[in-house]
Amino acid sequence: MNWLDICALDEINVLGSRIVVGPKGDIAIFRTSNDEVFALDDRCPHKGGPLSQGLIYGKRVACPLHNWQIDLESGEALAPDVGCTHKYSVKVENGRVLLSLEEASLCA
Amino acid sequence: MEKLKLVMIGNGMAGVRTLEELLKLTPDLYDITVFGAEPHPNYNRILLSPVLAGEQTFEEIVLNDLNWYAENNIRLMLNRKVVEIDRVKRRVIAEDGTEAEYDRLLIATGSNPFILPIPGNTLQGVIGYRDIADTQMMMTTAETHRHAVVIGGGLLGLEAANGLKLRGMDVTVVHIGDWLMERQLDPTAGKLLQTALENRGLKFLLPKQTAELIGNDEGRVKAVRFADGEVIPADLVVMAAGIRPNSELAEKAGIPCNRGILVNDTLQTYDPRVYAVGECANHRGIAYGLVAPLFEQAKVCANHLAMLGFARYQGSVTSTKLKVTGIDLFSAGDFMGSEGTETITLSDPIGGVYKKLVIKDDILVGACLYGDTADGGWYFRQIREDHNVSEIRDHLMFGENALGDTGHQGQNKAMSMPDDMEVCGCNGVCKGTIVKAIQEHGLFSVDEVKKHTKAASSCGSCAGLVEQILINTVGGAADVKPKSEKAVCGCTDLNHGQVRKAIREHHLTSIPDAMAFMDWNTPNGCATCRPALNYYLISTWPGEAKDDPQSRLINERAHANIQKDGTYSVVPRMWGGVTSPSELRRIADVADKYEIPMVKVTGGQRIDLLGVKKEDLPNVWKDLDMPSGHAYGKSIRTVKTCVGSEFCRFGTQNSTQMGIDLEHALFGMWSPHKVKLAVSGCPRNCAESGIKDVGIIGVDSGWEIYIGGNGGIKTEAGEFFVKVKSAEEVMEYSLAFLQLYREEAFYLERTVHYMQRVGLEHIKKAVLDDEERRKALHQRLLFSLSFEQDPWKEQVSKPQLKKEFDRIAVRELEVEA
Repeated sequence: MNWLDICALDEINVLGSRIVVGPKGDIAIFRTSNDEVFALDDRCPHKGGPLSQGLIYGKRVACPLHNWQIDLESGEALAPDVGCTHKYSVKVENGRVLLSLEEASLCA
Repeated sequence: MEKLKLVMIGNGMAGVRTLEELLKLTPDLYDITVFGAEPHPNYNRILLSPVLAGEQTFEEIVLNDLNWYAENNIRLMLNRKVVEIDRVKRRVIAEDGTEAEYDRLLIATGSNPFILPIPGNTLQGVIGYRDIADTQMMMTTAETHRHAVVIGGGLLGLEAANGLKLRGMDVTVVHIGDWLMERQLDPTAGKLLQTALENRGLKFLLPKQTAELIGNDEGRVKAVRFADGEVIPADLVVMAAGIRPNSELAEKAGIPCNRGILVNDTLQTYDPRVYAVGECANHRGIAYGLVAPLFEQAKVCANHLAMLGFARYQGSVTSTKLKVTGIDLFSAGDFMGSEGTETITLSDPIGGVYKKLVIKDDILVGACLYGDTADGGWYFRQIREDHNVSEIRDHLMFGENALGDTGHQGQNKAMSMPDDMEVCGCNGVCKGTIVKAIQEHGLFSVDEVKKHTKAASSCGSCAGLVEQILINTVGGAADVKPKSEKAVCGCTDLNHGQVRKAIREHHLTSIPDAMAFMDWNTPNGCATCRPALNYYLISTWPGEAKDDPQSRLINERAHANIQKDGTYSVVPRMWGGVTSPSELRRIADVADKYEIPMVKVTGGQRIDLLGVKKEDLPNVWKDLDMPSGHAYGKSIRTVKTCVGSEFCRFGTQNSTQMGIDLEHALFGMWSPHKVKLAVSGCPRNCAESGIKDVGIIGVDSGWEIYIGGNGGIKTEAGEFFVKVKSAEEVMEYSLAFLQLYREEAFYLERTVHYMQRVGLEHIKKAVLDDEERRKALHQRLLFSLSFEQDPWKEQVSKPQLKKEFDRIAVRELEVEA
C-alpha cells in the first residue's frame, strides 16, 4: 500500500482536523482526544457540508451545516439519519500522519 | 468479570423505561431478567382506550417489541407472575417455580384496579380496566351482550364507557361524586362534559352509590342495585373507581409499604438492593398515576442502578391534559380555588369552551380548561415557574398568543390541522409525518421528534406546535419540560442551571475538570454541551478559564460565518454603523483582490463580504485592517444607530456617538446568545430600538432603555426598563443588565427568553433597585472585557494559525507500509 506523509501529528489540534487536497476533492483528517486519526471525504452525506469544520467528540464529528453526526470509524451517519461518507486508511507512525488513497472504502 | 444480576418484576411502561435509561448509561453492567405477568411485551397502557374504541390495534400500541429485548440481551419471562421475593437468598420465585437470583431488584408492578368491596364483585362479567386482557374481554362481551355499567366517572371510566358505546352497547356510567372527573375538573367543566357525553348517547347516574351486584343462575352478573334501592340491568360491570398501588409482593417480603412501596429520592426501598418505580411506589406520600412523573422516576432510578449516584427525584408537579372521547381537557395546580384566591372565567357553553384561571397574590396557581386547551402548556409553565402575572392579567385568559405574536404560530390548534399541513417551515415537515413518527417510534419528547423528523430542529419557531402535536398524540405521556428543567444533553443528567451553579461554586475552570467533577458520561461531550460549557467557564471565570477553540462551533472558531457551500462571510466592524472613505476603499480593494462574489449591506448597518475561501480569511483580515465585526458569534453583534442630533433636524440626542461608545465598551463580549443593540435619537425610533436586546431611545429629557426585544423568529417588542438622564447612566444600566444576562441566562437563550423565564421584576430588582449590585455587575463586565482582544488581529499574528486555516497539498512521499 502506498502511504502519503501528510504532516506531523502535532500539526493537527487535539479534537481538531486538517484538510488534505485530494485528487477527487478534499479529504478531512480528524484527531480524537486519545490521538487516534481518521480520514473521510470532506463532504457530509446530507448536503455536502465540510465535515472538517465540525465539532469533534468521542469518535464522531457533528457537521457544521445541519448537525448531522458522522461516525469517524465507519463514515456512517448516526441514526435516525441515514447516509455514509467515503473513508480512507490513515495511521500515525513516528509522530507522522500517513494517509493512503488506495482502497478507500466506498459507501454502498 | 461476571456481570451483576438485575431482575425486574413487572414489564410495564415505568419499568421498561428505567431499563432503557439504564442501557443508555451503561449497556453492559447488568445481566437483566424481566418477569411479566402478562403474555405481551411492553405496550402503551394509555392507548388501551383507542384500542377499545376501535381506533388502534394492539400491535400499534406496543412500545418495545420482542426484538428489543433480544437485541439488548434481556431475558424476558412472559406469562410468569412472581409470587415471592426471597431477600435472604436474593432471588425471586414465579408461580410456575421459575427462579432468578438478583444483585439488584427493581419492582415495577404497577397498580391494580380498585374493586369495590360489595356483594357480587366476583361474579362473571365484573372486571377492572387495566390491561389487554380486560380490553379483550370488553370487546368480546360487547359482541354478545347489551347492558354495560361503568362504575366510576373518572378518565378511565369515561373512556371505557365511550369505547363500549362505540362497540354498540347500552352504557350507563355510575359515579359517586357530584360531577364527573372531580379530581381534574371543577363543577362547571364537569357538567359540560356530562352534557356533551349525554348527547353522544351515554347515560349517567350521579351522585350514586353502588350497593350490590346481582348474579343470574350461571354466576354471571345481571343487574346492579344502588344504595337508594334502584336496580338497573347489567351484563358487564367495569370497575373504574380508582387504582391501588400493587405492593403485595413487597409487603410479603417485609419491605415497608404504605399505600405503595416506600421509596426515597433515589427510588430505593428500605432494602438497599431493592428499587421500585412507577405506580407501585410511594414517594414522599404520593403514588403517581400519570406517565410523566413515572418517566422522571425512571431516569433517576437508572442513574442509581448505573452506580452514578447523583440524580435525585424530588416529586413532580403534575398537570392533566386529556382528551376524553375527543373533548380536550386540561387542568393544573389549584384549579378549584381556595381562600385568598381570585378567579377569571370564560364560559361559552354553546361553543363548548370553558376556561378558569385561579390567581393568588398575582401568581397563577391553577387552571382548568375545557374544549380549548391550546394554551394549557403555557399556563402550566406560568404555574410551575411562579411568574408574576399582574402585568399580563388583562390578556392572560386569551393565552400566549394574545401577548403579541406576529410570527409563525398563527395556527395554534395542532388538533385541527390537516395531516398535510406544514409544521416546520425550515425542513418542510408536515403534521402527518410527525404523528406517524411519534406512533411508529414511540416518541415522548420534542427532542426525540426533532431527531427523527427534523421538525423544530433548525430555527425552532415551531417547537411549541410540535409540542402540542406530541401532547395530542400521546397525551399525558408527553415529556414536555421547560429548558430550565431539562438536562443539557445526553451527556449529563444535570440541567443548565445546575451546571452553571457547579462551575461557580466549585471554581471549575476547564472543560475536562468540569466534565470530571460533574460525572459527564461521555469522554468529550458533544456538539451541544461543549460550546455551552466553554461559555459558562469563560463567563464565570474571566481571565482564569482558558477559552477552548475546539469546543466552539465553526463560526466562532474561524471568526467568520460558514455558508452553505463551505465558504465564509466576513463582516468588518464599523462602530455604530459609521464608516469612512478609506475603510470603504480597503473593502473595495479586498473584494477585488480576493474575487469576493457578493458584497452586501446588512440589517445591522455593516458591509458583508460573502463567499470568502477559508484559507483566504487571514489575508482578508490583514488587508482590511479593520476589527472583527463578530457577526458570527454568540456575542455582541452590532449597535445600530440613527443619525441623531448632529445632523437630523428632529434629533434630540447624539445617538450616533452613544452607539459608538456602547459598541466600543462592549467590544469582544461573549454572551449566551447573540446580542444586538440600537440607539435612536428621538421617539421616531429610526434605529428600530424596540426590537433589540437593549434598545435605547433618546428623548428631550434623557434616554429611555428597553430590554428583551427581538426581531427574529418571533418578533418581540422590548419591555420598557428605565429612563435615565445621562449617557454615563445609559452605559452603566445597559452594561449591568447585559452582565446579569451573561451570568444567569442559559446557553443559547436570547434576552427575551431569559426575561420570560426569570421575569422582568427580577431584572429590575437586580439592576434598578439595588445600586450597589448594579455597579458591581457593571464592574464585572468591564473586568471580563479587559481580557478580550480583536480576534482577527490576534489570529493574524498567531504562528499556530495554519493549523486552522491552511490546506495540505498531497506530496507524493511514499513510505514503507
